[in-house]
Amino acid sequence: MNLTLKIWRQAGPNEQGKFVNYPVSDISPDSSFLEMLDILNEQLVEKGEEPVAFDHDCREGICGTCSLYINGRPHGPDTAITTCQLHMRKFKDGDTITIEPWRAKPFPVIRDLIVDRSSFDEIMQAGGFISVDTGGVPDANAIPISKVDADLAMDAAACIGCGACVAACKNASAMLFVSAKVSQFALLPQGKIEAKRRVQKMVAKMDELGFGNCTNTYACEAECPKEIQVTNIARMNREFLVAKLTDRVK
Amino acid sequence: MATLDSKIPDGTIAEKWNNFKAHQNLVNPANKRKLEILVVGSGLAGAAAAASLGELGFKVKCFCIQDSPRRAHSIAAQGGINAAKNYPNDGDTIYRLFYDTVKGGDYRAREANVYRLAEVSNNIIDQCVAQGVPFAREYGGLLDNRSFGGALVSRTFYARGQTGQQLLLGAYSALNKEISKGSVKMYTRREMLDLVLVDGRARGIITRNTMTGEIERHAGHAVILATGGYGNVFFLSTNAMNSNGSAAWQCYKKGAYFGNPCFVQIHPTCIPVHGDYQSKLTLMSESLRNDGRIWVPKNKEDAQKIQKGELKPTDIKEEDRDYYLERRYPAFGNLTPRDVASRAAKERCDAGYGVGSTGLAVYLDFADAIKRLGKDVIEARYGNLFQMYEKIVDDNPYETPMMIYPAIHYTMGGIWVDYELQTTIPGLFAGGEANFSDHGANRLGASALMQGLADGYFVLPYTVQHYLADQINVPFFKTDTPEFDKAEKDVREKLEKLLSIKGSKTVDSIHKKLGLIMWDHVGMARNKEGLEKAITEIRELRKEFWKEVKVPGSLKGVNVELEKATRVADFLELGELMAIDALDREESCGGHFREEYQTEEGEAMRNDEKFMYVSAWKFKGEDLDPELLKESLNYENIEVKTRNYKEAKS
Repeated sequence: MNLTLKIWRQAGPNEQGKFVNYPVSDISPDSSFLEMLDILNEQLVEKGEEPVAFDHDCREGICGTCSLYINGRPHGPDTAITTCQLHMRKFKDGDTITIEPWRAKPFPVIRDLIVDRSSFDEIMQAGGFISVDTGGVPDANAIPISKVDADLAMDAAACIGCGACVAACKNASAMLFVSAKVSQFALLPQGKIEAKRRVQKMVAKMDELGFGNCTNTYACEAECPKEIQVTNIARMNREFLVAKLTDRVK
Repeated sequence: MATLDSKIPDGTIAEKWNNFKAHQNLVNPANKRKLEILVVGSGLAGAAAAASLGELGFKVKCFCIQDSPRRAHSIAAQGGINAAKNYPNDGDTIYRLFYDTVKGGDYRAREANVYRLAEVSNNIIDQCVAQGVPFAREYGGLLDNRSFGGALVSRTFYARGQTGQQLLLGAYSALNKEISKGSVKMYTRREMLDLVLVDGRARGIITRNTMTGEIERHAGHAVILATGGYGNVFFLSTNAMNSNGSAAWQCYKKGAYFGNPCFVQIHPTCIPVHGDYQSKLTLMSESLRNDGRIWVPKNKEDAQKIQKGELKPTDIKEEDRDYYLERRYPAFGNLTPRDVASRAAKERCDAGYGVGSTGLAVYLDFADAIKRLGKDVIEARYGNLFQMYEKIVDDNPYETPMMIYPAIHYTMGGIWVDYELQTTIPGLFAGGEANFSDHGANRLGASALMQGLADGYFVLPYTVQHYLADQINVPFFKTDTPEFDKAEKDVREKLEKLLSIKGSKTVDSIHKKLGLIMWDHVGMARNKEGLEKAITEIRELRKEFWKEVKVPGSLKGVNVELEKATRVADFLELGELMAIDALDREESCGGHFREEYQTEEGEAMRNDEKFMYVSAWKFKGEDLDPELLKESLNYENIEVKTRNYKEAKS
């Protein structure tokens, strides 16, 4: 396949960015999207130019490192996958492919296609955990948990923290990401103990960091590589409301 | 003459760990605040150790190369985690888990370490459930188990096909809890480039911030290395792209011995290689072997027609299929250990029975399981894996068998550690895949997660404290000392040298060449001639690298090519040590198969008389031969025998 890549290049966080066109040729339809970028970068290095910087690691869709806004969609044109799982057979010979970084204020561009997603870690540090220390915990089978709840918790826990939900949302809302963690713990007896505190702290941090609110367009669910559902947002809203109304700690 | 002291505590095997804990030195809570620990790596071992040490009150700094500790490569482990809970009432005990692990490792692991691993395995499951890890459950609300290779019991806990992810997120949440309290400070996007010694003890590290390019100094009373394995020396592996052996290699060059570098695990069920542009290989979880049956055509003509695309696997009649694992190993069948299953696949493909366009693939077939259990059950068990397969290969595994082939997956070898997980450098500890300790010559499935978390949650917090007990009067270290000056200067010189070569070869092109040498000669089957050839070729390639590599850009800011270059420079040395180690070990054991040492049936032939030892290699200087030290292995609690997966008797 022969393609034209229209790629966002930006030398640093405070530099002006711009699109640059790069032709690539003889790309196998069986190669992955990132392998196609590897080929481009090899060519750039051979010419003595600086390669395009992009985040990636596991290349099997689980670490959540890769991002890329491809032809106007986070993780590109396929559904339920990350960019590293996208294969070139999804494109046509002769296509022009536009590649941009995630665009959201809380995800500033560091270089080219790499953005800073440490705001996600900050939200997790605000309350995305169960406060148990190592050792001294009960036997794993001490508390039976209904399979339905365990499965729903697992559905929510499948989030890989890639940020596609934020990139897809016109408000740059992180509600799907935050609600996935809030839901996972709210559904499990272990997590219920500090559920009220957790949801309030995580939501407050999310707001503080400049993520927008949810206006129910469901773009996040449509683009989520792990198909995390917006029902989690509804659950978080309920948890938040109940916590605000009933929390005994002010 | 250097010696090795594995510091195994007294007592019977079941008493040793308790004896250690009962007599170890402790640090009082007020003094813990005065002691600083550097944890390099944030995977299962690193995150668990950092969180647990932070909870105890130590000051911890944790470093990772990813943009978040949640992305460490532990996250990609799919199948599960072993523990001797015996919840299914099928006859499991701590001893049996210990036994299976030592046997699975082909009697090349240290007994005492493995017993401790089996002992704390149950605590890990309790801990993870308390953290909110959503393990699979039965309708009654209790935890579900499944089977993995090398075991006759069901002792594997799992969270769909994403067990590593869920366990890592559990450890990440514990880490976040400590970060929020201020006991752990997290440094992301940092690559460790050197270890700093002060008076012979590990006292600091030099890192590079991969976003700003800044070279930084960090000091501490102890350093824990939890940087994973070095499988990427082969270029193509199931490891993440940024996984590398450089931190461990710097420690080796500073005096930490390297244990069993040639012990590499080749995983039997990976998606086959499909083109020279390929950047990595994808694993299909071993759990698939619970329900999938592995086969190739019985007739060579059928195999050839399949390779040419003239026949489809579904065209081959049942009686014309060779379920070679079930045929050769009736007791364990498709659930033989990984090394055995990998070699069996290679044997069939080398003999001309392989499938796929390259002939380097075998089938993993779910048709029987779907008929027996229904598509829904298979989808519930393996849905995400099937989806992953379909996205990569563009084939529907519900309708046509998967194609798989062995690939580099895990390194049992690593930095040599004693029972306390301390390396030969005082104050430098190594945990998880980075150390060599628990898996011998072959790791059983679902044991990597167990070992990472065992080291991190339940071993290092004790043993590091034991080491630090006499350090309470040592004040916080400054980094403006001659030792740090020299280490930083060395790092800068190395990076500047790489940038200054401005040759004509890209880093990847040299890495790919190295990978081919390693795969051909230090891969699944090795022999004297090939290993000697590999050593010569690696040395030549190393020269070529330092003369011809092309690294654009500068030290400042993001420079991915520079990062890759430093890693490949180290792989070019590590690869040679692997070949040297493989050459020394004139036997076949576990993942190390020397073609000269096999039975007539093609099974591995161990030589316990001469090789029942851990090879610990000591660095002697650039371009000098390393020195081999031997830690002999004593099996007092297990009768050593030839591994037999044909019969159920253990």
